[in-house]
Amino acid sequence: MSIYLNKDSKVIVQGITGGEGTKHTARMLKAGTSIVGGVNARKAGTTVTHEDADGQQVELPVFGSVAEAMEATGADVSVLFVPPKFAKDAAVEAIEAGIGLIVVITEGIPVQDSAEFFNLSLTKTGADGKPVTRIIGPNCPGVITPGEALAGITPANITGKGPIGLVSKSGTLTYQMMYELRDIGFSTSIGIGGDPVIGTTHIDALEAFEADPETEAIVMIGEIGGDAEERAAEYIKKHVTKPVVGYVAGFTAPEGKTMGHAGAIVSGSSGTAEAKKEALEAAGVKVGKTPSETARLLREIYQGSSTESEASPAAEAAESLKEKFEGLVDKIKGAFKK
Amino acid sequence: MDLYEYQARDLFEAHGVPVLAGIVATTPEEAKAAAEKIGGVVVVKAQVKVGGRGKAGGVKLAKTPDEAFEHAQAILGMDIKGHTVHRVMIAQGADIAEEYYFSILLDRANRNYLAMASKEGGVEIEQLAVDSPEKLVKYNFDPNTGIDDAAAAAIAAQAGFSPEEGPALAEVFQKLWGAFEKEDATLVEVNPLVKTGEGAIIALDGKVTVDENAAYRQPGHADLVDESAEDPLEAKAKANDLNYVKLDGEVGIIGNGAGLVMSTLDVVAYAGEAHNGVQPANFLDIGGGASAEVMANGLDVILGDDQVKSVFVNVFGGITACDAVANGIVKALEILGDTATKPLVVRLDGNNVEEGRRILEQANHPLVITADTMDGGADKAAELANNPALASK
Repeated sequence: MSIYLNKDSKVIVQGITGGEGTKHTARMLKAGTSIVGGVNARKAGTTVTHEDADGQQVELPVFGSVAEAMEATGADVSVLFVPPKFAKDAAVEAIEAGIGLIVVITEGIPVQDSAEFFNLSLTKTGADGKPVTRIIGPNCPGVITPGEALAGITPANITGKGPIGLVSKSGTLTYQMMYELRDIGFSTSIGIGGDPVIGTTHIDALEAFEADPETEAIVMIGEIGGDAEERAAEYIKKHVTKPVVGYVAGFTAPEGKTMGHAGAIVSGSSGTAEAKKEALEAAGVKVGKTPSETARLLREIYQGSSTESEASPAAEAAESLKEKFEGLVDKIKGAFKK
Repeated sequence: MDLYEYQARDLFEAHGVPVLAGIVATTPEEAKAAAEKIGGVVVVKAQVKVGGRGKAGGVKLAKTPDEAFEHAQAILGMDIKGHTVHRVMIAQGADIAEEYYFSILLDRANRNYLAMASKEGGVEIEQLAVDSPEKLVKYNFDPNTGIDDAAAAAIAAQAGFSPEEGPALAEVFQKLWGAFEKEDATLVEVNPLVKTGEGAIIALDGKVTVDENAAYRQPGHADLVDESAEDPLEAKAKANDLNYVKLDGEVGIIGNGAGLVMSTLDVVAYAGEAHNGVQPANFLDIGGGASAEVMANGLDVILGDDQVKSVFVNVFGGITACDAVANGIVKALEILGDTATKPLVVRLDGNNVEEGRRILEQANHPLVITADTMDGGADKAAELANNPALASK
């Protein structure tokens, strides 16, 4: 199990023929993702060829629309690498086609566009009354279920499968945390993006991790701006039984200066890292001051000790992970039963 | 980007929102000429992007053009909460009968838009929201439908305007929605929105924030940027497409990805506690692709900050592997040559980290010190910032 994405997910790439789309389609295939095609109205009927995880050449069809791609391939996930100017139309197209998950990687989309396509997705509900389409992002690294599939740009070789679920606003900080905990491994790691309007929130991911039997502990990474972390803290207090450790970036950020992400700004008394940390701690979440301390807190939950991880390179670690991990999971499960 | 009041006024006017005459002036002479042109009583208003200017003496009534000259002379150059006044707006005097409040903003929590209205404007609206929340109407709406006729009428009615008053206000609400939507705004606030003695509704003071991501389809917004208010290093970084924020500290920071850089600032500040309280000097995110050119541009900006005593380069090699980053650093130092004079602590982790570290070792640049971990690198950089002599080992 995992959340949102697994080995059975059939993934299409919107913008598969563009520079970023080409580069990351190749990486996603290498990571084992079942990519079944792409979309570019101007290149419909052509194909692109990439190498998959087994070194086989795969010829991927390019379709004229998301609806056509879904019809022909049964795709249920779309990863969007379309430039900001065209991102809204691409997202609207995927929502109208009724795809289950859209991962919007694109950075720099006007926030009114994001607000419009997100609210459109809310109006397209299925038989259960819930929106048919989940949106992750925009301006995010996407989702990875290590060893199964990657929908986005997260490096696939940092770590392998394991019992930690991770949700974060930031890309490289996510990679850093995965790296710190690479010997334990992750069920799913999801980057929700740092824009003011995002589709999937910390709370959505927490809810999904709580329900996922494979996830045994959760790392939540936040940053300054907005009050998403405070709301997540409220949610954790009421609904999350699994251990959660947290980290918030931006303690030293001054008021009124946007720190890289369009949403990362402290305005007035709200949105500070300190306020977020306090809210999380009040909900019983242990919050690290640094990524390494956060990793240590998670380790303590698991192993009752603060053993530092060896500083071996990520690639090697990922290879040797499988064996290590199996023994570890048993140990952890044992510890939890006590 | 936050706009000045005079820019908001002009923008309102362009979208049919009723406003009074207003002319921006940068000298007392211009202020006098503006007052003559407008005629009658005018208000001289300091143009700063901060609240509380009235209390600070930045807003003055002038009955004659000569008075406008005098007030402008006093207000220009004034410091209001750390903001120097470079411009005043000469605004037509208003015959105010009643003061209301209206705003439209992006509601991050609900991920839609929020309109707020009150019959009691002209006050600190945050205070009103706390003291008498029932007097502030909050109306969330779908960005795809906007403020249509029904929504505008509903907001006016909920705010307590009578059926006679309602339509005139509803019309202004819709005009302001038009400005919000067409200008890619994330905030449009009017406080006060006034009713004059003759019963006209006028937007007397406005605050507007526009979305910088929409710059490509808002060509007019480039003219709204106030270059005089920008830090010169920030302007230089911007010209090179670098995401840089100047801070007050001694340790220059370069990293990739906004979250990791923010985190690096924090870790350096903690490490600084043990080294005489040195602080991070800046935020600089070079993004995912750390090419030699980008690295050189970034280092150039940071080394241009006289306050900087050491630099901490903290990169997690993801899509751009560590060997590419290491090559970028080495080439950047070649490009910079003698202009690079401050010690550089480099911490690399992630993809191809060993190759990256090997490249740095081989280059053996006298300024470069490598660190194995983020915490260790932060500590080293803070130590060097506190005592640069240590770098010449």
